Amino acid sequence: MSYDKLVPSPSPETQPYWDGLNEGRLRLQCCGECGKVRHYPRPMCDACWSMKIDWVDASGLGTVHSWTITHYAFHPGFKGDLPYILVTVDLPEGVRMNAQARGIQESALRVGLPVKVVFDRVKDDLTLPVFEAA
Amino acid sequence: MGTASSLCEAGAITGVGETKYLRGTDRTALSFQLEASLNAIRDAGLKPSDIDGLIPYGHGAVAEDFVTNFGIKDLRFSATTPMGGASSVAAIQCALAVIQAGICKHVLISLGRTGYSGGRIGTRVQQMPQFKVIGEFEMPLGAIAPAQLYAPMARRHMEMYGTTSRQLAEIAVTTRYHASLQKNATMKNPITIEDHQSSRMISDPLRLLDCSLESDGGAAVVISAPDRARDMAKRPILVMGVAEGHPDSPSAITQRPDLTTLGLAKAAPKAFAMAGVERGDIDVAEVYDCFTYIVMCQLEDLGFCKKGEGGAFVENGALGLNGRLPVNTHGGLLSQAHMAGMNHIVELARQLRGEADAQVPNAEIGLVTGYGDMGDGALAIMRRA
Repeated sequence: MSYDKLVPSPSPETQPYWDGLNEGRLRLQCCGECGKVRHYPRPMCDACWSMKIDWVDASGLGTVHSWTITHYAFHPGFKGDLPYILVTVDLPEGVRMNAQARGIQESALRVGLPVKVVFDRVKDDLTLPVFEAA
Repeated sequence: MGTASSLCEAGAITGVGETKYLRGTDRTALSFQLEASLNAIRDAGLKPSDIDGLIPYGHGAVAEDFVTNFGIKDLRFSATTPMGGASSVAAIQCALAVIQAGICKHVLISLGRTGYSGGRIGTRVQQMPQFKVIGEFEMPLGAIAPAQLYAPMARRHMEMYGTTSRQLAEIAVTTRYHASLQKNATMKNPITIEDHQSSRMISDPLRLLDCSLESDGGAAVVISAPDRARDMAKRPILVMGVAEGHPDSPSAITQRPDLTTLGLAKAAPKAFAMAGVERGDIDVAEVYDCFTYIVMCQLEDLGFCKKGEGGAFVENGALGLNGRLPVNTHGGLLSQAHMAGMNHIVELARQLRGEADAQVPNAEIGLVTGYGDMGDGALAIMRRA
C-alpha cells in the first residue's frame, strides 16, 4: 500500500535532520560559533546571530512536557492510527520535539515521564521519530 | 489622557456591520465582505467612497476589490496585519497609527469568509507560509489542525495548575447561552456542562464543544478620526488603549518556553497603561474564543487573575451577563459564528453604544482581544464617548 500521510518537503537547511533519521540518528542543529542547540533547523542563531551551522547527535532520551490524544483524523491518512498519542518532549540538549508515542498507556502519561526516541522507517526515503517509554 | 506618543483616543469606531451568519452558502467570501463593509459604512452615516484607508483580513479581499466595488477615488492607505485571529484587533492599532499620522480619516477593517462552505478551517494551516516549519516537522507526525496543536497547551495547564475539563465547559455553556439571546447566531440551543462532558473527544483534552464553529458570513467596522467621529450618525466608541503581542517561538508552540503564556501577555500591560484604566474598570470583555481553553488562558494573560487561576475564575457563571466579568456576550466563535474575531469588535461597539441583543447594563468601558497564528495576541480597550 502506498504511503498516504503528509510528508515533509525538506530544504537544504533541514535535509541533514531527515538524513539523520534515515540513518537511525537524531541530529539537532546547533550554532557553529556559540554552540547553542536549536530546533527546528533554521539559518541563524538567535543568541549570537551567527549563520555558521553545526549538527550534534542527540542522546535520544527525554521527558514528557505535555501531550494530546487525537480521536479525530484531520487528514485521511491518519484515520487508521486513531486514537493516537502525540507527546511534546523535553530533550536534555535544551530543545523540545514532538512525535507520536508508542507502547505507552494513556493512563501512564504524566509530565516528566522518561521516554526514548526510536526510528520508524515509514517509506523508502522517510523515517519518522517515535517515542517509547525509556 | 494619552501622552504624545500614545494612540489613546486617536480614533473611534463609528460604524459596525455584519451579514447574516450561516452554515451553508453558495455565495463568495468577497460578497460577504462587501455586504458587511457596506453595512458598517452606512451605520457610520458615510458613503463607501468616503473610505480612505483599508485593512482587510488576510487571505481574503484585497484593496483593489474595494476600490473597484466602492468606487473609491483616492485611497490613501492599505495594509494587512497578518496575525490570524489577532489580525482584526491588531488592525485597530494600525488604523489609529495612520489616522494619528494624518494619512486617513476613515479606515475600514473587514472580513468575509466561507469557513463552512469553502476550505475547511481545520486543515487550512497547511497552506499558511508562517507555518512552514510546522508543515515540515509536526504535520507529518499527525499534528495537523489547531485543535491538536493547542491541546498540549491546555493539557500542560491542567497538569501544572489542576485545571479541569468541567471548568472549560463553563466557558462553552455561558457562551452558548449568550448566543441563544442573539438575533444573528448560528448555534442557539442552550447546552449544559454534562452536554459538554459527553461531547466527543477531538484531541484530548479538547472536546467538540471546546471547539469553535466553521461559518459563512462577513463583519466589518469603520474607524474614524476623533474630529470626524463627533459629527457622525452613531455615538462614537473611542479606542483608549491598543497593542499587539507576539509570543516566544511564535510559529512552533512545541518550542515555546512556557506553553501556557500567549502573546497577549506582552500586549496587555501596554494597552492597559495606554488606556489608563484598571482590570476592575472593564464592564464587558469580548475574548477571542477559537477554543474554550484559549479564553481561560487569555483571562490570565490579561491580568484578571494570576496564571493558573483561570479555571477557578470562570466557574459558577462568572462570565455571564450578571457575572463578575461578562464575556463574549454575542456568543463568540464558539456559538455565534467564526468571523475570526471581527464579530467580537462589532459586539464590543454595540455593548458600549447600549444596543446589544444581550446588553450588559451601563457598559461604559470594555475590551476586545484577538488571538491567532499559534499564539499572536492583540488587545483594544474602548469607552463610549
